Amino acid sequence: MTSESTNVGALPRARSCAVLTHEGGLHARPAIKLTQLAKRFESTVWIALAEQGPWTDAKSIARVMAMKTPHMATLYFVAEGEDADAATAALVNLVESDFADDDNGR
Amino acid sequence: MDGDTTAVICLRGTSVSPGLARGPLIVVADDTHSASREPGSAEEESARMHAAIAAASVELEALMERAGDDDAQTILAFQVAMLADPVVAEPAFAAIGRGDSAEDGWHAAMRLQISQYHEADDLYFRARASDLRDMRDRVLRKLNGAAATPIAPGSIVVAADLPPSRFLEIAWDGGGVALTHGSPNSHVAMLARARGVPMLIGVEDADLRGHSEAIIDTDNAVLVLSPDDKLAVDFASRQQGAEILRAEAARYLHVAAATANGERVEVLINVADAAELDAFDPACCDGIGLVRTELLLRDANDIASEERQYQLYCRILRWADGRPVTMRTLDAGGDKPIAGYTIGGEANPFLGMRGLRLSLLHPDVFITQLRALARAALQGPLKIMVPMVTSPREFDRARALLDGAVVALRKQDIGCARPELGMMVEVPAAALAIDLFEAEFFSIGSNDLIQYVTASGRDSTPLAPLQDPLQPAVLRLIREVVQRADAQGIPVSLCGDMASDVRCIPALLSVGLRCLSVAPPAVARVKAAIARHRVSEPKA
Repeated sequence: MTSESTNVGALPRARSCAVLTHEGGLHARPAIKLTQLAKRFESTVWIALAEQGPWTDAKSIARVMAMKTPHMATLYFVAEGEDADAATAALVNLVESDFADDDNGR
Repeated sequence: MDGDTTAVICLRGTSVSPGLARGPLIVVADDTHSASREPGSAEEESARMHAAIAAASVELEALMERAGDDDAQTILAFQVAMLADPVVAEPAFAAIGRGDSAEDGWHAAMRLQISQYHEADDLYFRARASDLRDMRDRVLRKLNGAAATPIAPGSIVVAADLPPSRFLEIAWDGGGVALTHGSPNSHVAMLARARGVPMLIGVEDADLRGHSEAIIDTDNAVLVLSPDDKLAVDFASRQQGAEILRAEAARYLHVAAATANGERVEVLINVADAAELDAFDPACCDGIGLVRTELLLRDANDIASEERQYQLYCRILRWADGRPVTMRTLDAGGDKPIAGYTIGGEANPFLGMRGLRLSLLHPDVFITQLRALARAALQGPLKIMVPMVTSPREFDRARALLDGAVVALRKQDIGCARPELGMMVEVPAAALAIDLFEAEFFSIGSNDLIQYVTASGRDSTPLAPLQDPLQPAVLRLIREVVQRADAQGIPVSLCGDMASDVRCIPALLSVGLRCLSVAPPAVARVKAAIARHRVSEPKA
């Protein structure tokens, strides 16, 4: 995982990335978990398969599934909002824990 | 029987979930079309749209509560999440704003979603298109007020295709499914296997009017309409027998196979799709005796991509966890065309360009596969098997291409190992002259061997009686191959349907085979059949 935080504009902004080791790729089950987790944060959260984007709304299951992310792809996250740091950290943790059923997952 | 005089009809299909079922026949038709109506005002249509989506969500959530297993819940959770995502319905509301009906708007919105999946390279994502059609149709039924056809428990359901959420609504209780379309990789096939509901796909079309009862028999891959008394009695006794055998076989699943007098027999599995491995514990088998790579690799993209193939092969080797895995190179042609690769328009494709013949015609494609296999061989004991070999010269050419691919990889400093190279024995010319082939192992492909020995096509129903695997001609030829291979110290196995057919096990053991590769669901019953058999003389 790598991450950085900046605060240039009005809202805090955080970036991070993680490798999708989940077998098969970002299938329905992990994609649902990812969007549900993203929705728990106030921040706007974006996801991409490359550092330069294109960026996708990480709170939309339709958009996240349509990325058709394969196994071993690198997922990049950007969040913008008061809880941006916490959002990117949580998403990276979810991906790196292989979408484990730990906390209040569903 | 109920005394009606409707004639018995047998319709052939392909079995994707095993079992026997008998019950009332229910035909599920497409119920999403409604009479066209004038759209109401934008406000009215928008309210109808909201209400239909909400009602569909409520139904799906109720189904989720009852679904029980993880796979079913994920299928339903995906639809619930999609319905809750404003991105999905947005184009529908936009169209309604322009004066469209809610139905037209929803169709357009779903077309947009579905189009993102049905052309996907990855099979998993491609299969999501059917989940989305399922979701689309549920909302359409809510819009037009149609109730889904009610289905009594224990019914035999016949449909073009059955969406997963419909499947989950039905109390199967001994019933079964016959689809005129369908795919073995679809969610509904997976659910049927997981729940033990017998299922056929690709069933012949027929006029079903007038029939009220049906039998699904996946042993013979037939849907029988209006069975007569004789068929019904036969069915009942087979169902009872199957029940007893299943209970007995389950005891053998986790034990290494051995005959009644303690001679060890290796039982491996045949694999067509990496996904089917997830449901099978590798500890229950001695490895994989046949990976049908032509079914693993679906299209021209897969065939051209060394990297994609390498990933697929590595995944299978990781699953096997140190057990041997025999990968068969592309066996396309015959009844398995691949666009842009196989030759179209052959008068007799089973006697034409297929298997190794095609590979030697397209050496670039063959070398790509050999490179991916040699690289994957670093992950575990991988063997390569070539199909449809007729003459020793063809096999020598395959070996030269493999050796060349390994040398090229080493020159490029790409990690690889030289896998053992063996061949399928399925052409009579090869079987009769087996001692002339310098292969490192042999595997008898009984399906093709039988069709070529008996000169009767595998796809021909009226010729089926000629294709009895237990006839002397076939058994003598198999015995000949096994004895010659044994004399030369070359391992030999059998990987055709014959090995999964428990009636054939005593004969296969008596002709000297000690290694069988079978369909995963057959492992327990094959091991049980081996345990019942006493080998009369020690194998010399």
